[in-house]
Amino acid sequence: MNVTNTDMLLLVLMTIAALWTVMARSLLKATIGLAITSAVITILIFRLNSPLAAVFELSVCTGLITVIFVSTISLTKPLTHKEILEMSKARHKRYIYLPIILVATGIALLFLKIPNDFTLPRLATPATNVRNVMWNIRHLDLFGQIIIMMIGAFGVVTLFITKDDKDGS
Amino acid sequence: MEASSWGLFSAFGFFITLIFVCGLYCILATRSLIRAIIGLELLIKAVTLLVIVTGYLNNNTALAQSFVITIIVIEVVLVVIAGGVALQIFRHNDDLDTRRLTNLRG
Amino acid sequence: MSSVLILVPLFGIIGLNMLPRNVARRAAFWFAAAVFTAEILLAIVHQPAFWTEALVRFDSFFRLKFSVDSLSRIMLICIGVVSLSSLVVAKSTVSDEKEAFKFINILITASIGMSGIVMVKDIFSLYVFLEIAALSSFILIAFNKDINGLEGAFKYLILSAVATVLMLTSIAILLLDSPDTAFSTLHNEIAHSRGNFIVTFAIGLFICGLFIKGGLVPFHGWLPDAYMAAPAPVSILLAGVMTKACGIYTLMRIVASVFGFTDPIKNTMMLIGMISILVGAFAALGQTNFKRMLAYSSISQVGYIILGAGTGTFLGLAGAAFHLFNHAIFKGLLFVNSAALEEKVGTSDMSRMGGLSERMPVTGATSVIAMLSASGVPPLAGFWSKLLIVIALWQIGHYAYAAIAILASVLTLAYFLYMQRQVFFGKLPPGLEGLREAGNGLTLTASALAVITVGAGLAFPYIYNHFLLPLKEIFF
Repeated sequence: MNVTNTDMLLLVLMTIAALWTVMARSLLKATIGLAITSAVITILIFRLNSPLAAVFELSVCTGLITVIFVSTISLTKPLTHKEILEMSKARHKRYIYLPIILVATGIALLFLKIPNDFTLPRLATPATNVRNVMWNIRHLDLFGQIIIMMIGAFGVVTLFITKDDKDGS
Repeated sequence: MEASSWGLFSAFGFFITLIFVCGLYCILATRSLIRAIIGLELLIKAVTLLVIVTGYLNNNTALAQSFVITIIVIEVVLVVIAGGVALQIFRHNDDLDTRRLTNLRG
Repeated sequence: MSSVLILVPLFGIIGLNMLPRNVARRAAFWFAAAVFTAEILLAIVHQPAFWTEALVRFDSFFRLKFSVDSLSRIMLICIGVVSLSSLVVAKSTVSDEKEAFKFINILITASIGMSGIVMVKDIFSLYVFLEIAALSSFILIAFNKDINGLEGAFKYLILSAVATVLMLTSIAILLLDSPDTAFSTLHNEIAHSRGNFIVTFAIGLFICGLFIKGGLVPFHGWLPDAYMAAPAPVSILLAGVMTKACGIYTLMRIVASVFGFTDPIKNTMMLIGMISILVGAFAALGQTNFKRMLAYSSISQVGYIILGAGTGTFLGLAGAAFHLFNHAIFKGLLFVNSAALEEKVGTSDMSRMGGLSERMPVTGATSVIAMLSASGVPPLAGFWSKLLIVIALWQIGHYAYAAIAILASVLTLAYFLYMQRQVFFGKLPPGLEGLREAGNGLTLTASALAVITVGAGLAFPYIYNHFLLPLKEIFF
């Protein structure tokens, strides 16, 4: 259960990717940063003995969500070059604080001594089979997922399709 | 909690908190609707990792994985709906700037 | 059998979307009306055997882990009544047939989400149903795709998603402490490790998330925008039950059956409730928009519910639960009135109205009833619930809170009287001479809700014995 050096390296990488996501100048780069963060998290999840969740994270979060973002960005009008330059100057001022805040949070966390005063509940027989847990114990959540997906379909029908496409976009 | 488990929990907790700060800062400081959604995504990613870590420490990865799968499904639908709303706002304003969102004030 | 409340609407929607278009569009309204009516009737005619009996004829896969107790029953009645009102109002305000069909579909998913919230016994499933209700309401707010609605929806979406992230973090941390996420397991484990730093932190995060969802004062920024910008039938749903089921009911349930009424939680709830009452009432005094005033009034009334629940005594919780019901009815009624005004006058700006009660007698009269109930005038229902809350505060020795709660009632009366004078009394402004009463759907809904408000006030002893006394067994 120890933290290995690989884990630490991946965690640092994850934070850098997240920082880059927020600081990136163009939206497309931010999306790529998000995909990289997600990919690193996938590896971490896999290393934490959860392969099925890792597959989901990789295919859905790294893949599908990036596709959704890229298509949303491409449906909205890209700015002209001059506008981008102006915006990035303004952005620079606002985002310069983030690394400082991050470092400050880090130092604060290191000094904050959180007491280690609890006992983990150990399962007598850990249910290792995800399928069993999903289909026999958590099937209420499965129904929830079905309803959520239906809402997603209604959302697409309602929000992406407009009655009068007057501006032709 | 044993020292080794505690070490793993605090190492992961440290970096998860940092991602949380990134995501929150992104939501608060941004002027682009899409970037606000990206910030939200970072927050959800941090939570996903936290659920897996606690499941691992608990020796209960099966439960944690089934939670994470549900969270991911919900996350996708959330992003689709948020993207749809942002797209419609763009069609009205020709702009994704949140400073234009002044018709309503808290 | 409680799972039928989820399964029947779910398979119903799937079936509706597979039917041929013309049939489906006509059937949708009646299907939704039947579902909501059945929900109300099942909750009122309480047969414990019905709720606990398993669906024996079906596979165990369909036996969902739900349970219905007296608090769930009160909420189920609210959900049914308010969804039904929203449905009827939508029939007369959403004219396009295709749009109406979409609206009804999403309305049903929203009500599935809310019914799920009030019946689950597991904190992670609670999160799933919270998201179902929330995602449906984002689409509903943005339904007309006008710019205000879209902005309101986006703000609500971001804040609500942050709230759910906070709750999920809390669930993840609690998972460290407990092998399972069922309410009963968590309750035992938390009671076992009370005072632990990380567990306390998790409890704080969860309650904070619920405060955002319920729109209580430090976190109320999204609420007036969302209520004001939403289409008329949606604001009825949002103000009547959505934020109450997502935030307030959940807070009461989670504190009562998972976290336990500890002193810090009680004090926080009472403090936040008191601040919400005052800030909401004072902000409502300064509004010129009808819907916006109602939104701030909602914040203030929700404050009463939290204040009552925060006492942690039976009387306080009974008052809170009854006020939850009353608020759903009278705020639903006021938003039905605002729908009528919007339809006829074309705006919800109060400065452009006046003397409307002679032109719209039903709307005027029902809004007076709702107003009196909201300000706690006997013998209307709102009086009894506020009385219970004040007595509960007095009993545990919080005299200052009790006094402020009574004084804030006067403030409520003040801003509603201002609203009445602006909208329904005085002189008709030019251009509104030819105004007529709103359509039958709106006036019938308004009258029905007004009858419920008066009836619940007059039949209070019956309600106390049959609906509020059983609350004892949940909380103590």
